[in-house]
Amino acid sequence: MIRDLIKQLWKDKFARIALIVLGVIYFSLLFADFIAPYTKDFSDRSMAYVPPSKIFTIDENGKLSRPYTYNYKREFDDVDLKIVYSLDRSQKHYINFFAKGQPYKFLGLIPMKRHLVTTDNSGRLFLLGTDINGRDVFSRILFGGRISMTIGFLALFVLFPIGLLYGGIAGYFGGKTDIVMMRFAEAVMSIPSFYLLIILASILPSGMTSVQRFMLIVIILALIGWAGFARIVRGMVLSIKTQEYVQAAKSIGASNLRIIIKHILPQTTSFVIVAMTLSVPSYILSESGLSFLGLGIQQPDASWGNMLKEAQEYTNIIYRPWLLTPGFLIFVAVLAFNLIGDTIRDVLDPKSKVR
Amino acid sequence: MQILKYILKRIIQTIPLLIIVSLISFFIIRLSPVDPLAELRLNPSVSKETLQAETQRLGLDKPIIIQYAKWAKSFLKGDLGVTSSGEKVSTKLKERIPNTLLLTVIVIFLAWIVGVPLGIAAAVNWKTPFDRILTVLTSIGMAIPSFFFAVLLLIFAVKTGWFPVGGLTSSNFMDMNLSHKILDITHHLILPVTVLFTLSLAGLQRQMRGNLLDVLDSDYVKFARAKGLSEFKVIFKHALRNAVNPLITLLGFEFAGLLSGAALTEYVFQYPGLGRLILEAVLKSDINLVMASLMMGAIMLIAGNLIADILLIIADPRIREGAQND
Repeated sequence: MIRDLIKQLWKDKFARIALIVLGVIYFSLLFADFIAPYTKDFSDRSMAYVPPSKIFTIDENGKLSRPYTYNYKREFDDVDLKIVYSLDRSQKHYINFFAKGQPYKFLGLIPMKRHLVTTDNSGRLFLLGTDINGRDVFSRILFGGRISMTIGFLALFVLFPIGLLYGGIAGYFGGKTDIVMMRFAEAVMSIPSFYLLIILASILPSGMTSVQRFMLIVIILALIGWAGFARIVRGMVLSIKTQEYVQAAKSIGASNLRIIIKHILPQTTSFVIVAMTLSVPSYILSESGLSFLGLGIQQPDASWGNMLKEAQEYTNIIYRPWLLTPGFLIFVAVLAFNLIGDTIRDVLDPKSKVR
Repeated sequence: MQILKYILKRIIQTIPLLIIVSLISFFIIRLSPVDPLAELRLNPSVSKETLQAETQRLGLDKPIIIQYAKWAKSFLKGDLGVTSSGEKVSTKLKERIPNTLLLTVIVIFLAWIVGVPLGIAAAVNWKTPFDRILTVLTSIGMAIPSFFFAVLLLIFAVKTGWFPVGGLTSSNFMDMNLSHKILDITHHLILPVTVLFTLSLAGLQRQMRGNLLDVLDSDYVKFARAKGLSEFKVIFKHALRNAVNPLITLLGFEFAGLLSGAALTEYVFQYPGLGRLILEAVLKSDINLVMASLMMGAIMLIAGNLIADILLIIADPRIREGAQND
């Protein structure tokens, strides 16, 4: 069924583009260490807020040359009282492919030094400029994307079992159990989700390792979404449980939990797939919003949301628009997920004509 | 009479809901390792007596159940305690809630008067270039992160100087006459409204389009067409009424989504609303304020759902029948 689904997706023009875009994004995130010219924590304090490197392929004599770049010089303009960056044309830095640069562990395992693009040791290649600490924005986008683009999926993996089981139990047993469980779920849904999100994030103790913080934010995201999901599952279980095969399982003497898990919940698979693709974007957005406020992923770790934190100072952004790139990437990723979600909905429910 | 009875029943049903919400919120906040009065203690302008009164009021020396009971009692009396800077929480909320309501009501209103016609137009012109362009536009509208869009608009405002870059009123607001005051507020509202409007418009247009397409496919519409009714009559007299009903249910959800989306937008635009208040409160770990604004957010959301339900009963006679058998 999954293979069918992917085939159908591929047939649709929009969905195909979306799949390719997401494929490219996830592929580059997987090989982020190799593609990024610098490591996540590399910073050159003398190079704060440097604009993107200019790459030349035609040299000063008008001849075609190997691609090269110039470093930026920082100067203080006494008249306008601001820092200006100009190209330091005294030395060319050639751009090398598959050359040795900073050491890293390929896929977290194999120690390597080669990068897709680098320049010589004294040169600096900042494809998308640098941030306040002189860190390469391009490299950090790749590392930040690893967090931003996976946190949603992880949250869903935490949330779906909870929601399925909760909705399954409430729907299956019905009566008082159902009333009590659903009232609780409704109460959780009655708190504006973003309010709940920031409050949960704010009670996280400080001084956690970045992995701990990441895991806790996953759990918090899951805590926000399970209730709505459980309610829909319950509705489905209510109708499934009246079917004959469930009665049959009951009369054989299967335990209640076994009936719920083995016989009822598998019937909701197609709904789960749709719900999953449809809700991934909302988790990407939640995480980035949270990190944007400074309550999510913390420095020095990167995420697309916390990289945009610097965009809060608008004076900053007018002069340094390259800091906005993570925002466009969030937009592109969410758009791609939405397009795929729409198509999946069409395929699984041919009657609906939402698109 | 039946309707009134049903409405009354729905209102009574919200009471246990509110109690559970308050319990959840209370325990989440008390879970935090932060001393609820830490800020107050550090603030030299807060007197010893106020501190004492707060400790007494919250019952901080007692077990958590009793703390909750105390909190609930004073909440019902309308006493929400003081913020960490010593102000009354209730005054603060009274100042902020109308602003958030103003923002969300304007957005919902605009989204409806633009989104519903656009949805109808798209459904009627199904699969034409017009419909496709709208679909692409709404996809884009749904994918822009609200805070990022807000930042972009802020840059636009700074660069052009056409819009004020934050707040709800200008600094000389107090000296203006009424018409200028209204103009001033409108001027400040344009950007935040644009952000939230884009988000809700996209969702609403799609929903309206989908609903109408489903209805247009149904037998009674085919019958109406077969009868020889004009297409205009078929759509506006027969199909539309049924297509709008699901949207009314959505109204409640939309309100919830807007409250959340508004928090980030308010933050970026420095808009004095409930969302920014709760954010500031969270960052300062101002427990009283967090608790109170969380409750207010929940009450607003539940009220929004209630209004949507009541509207639905008025609009859809089938639900009335259902309610009678309930």
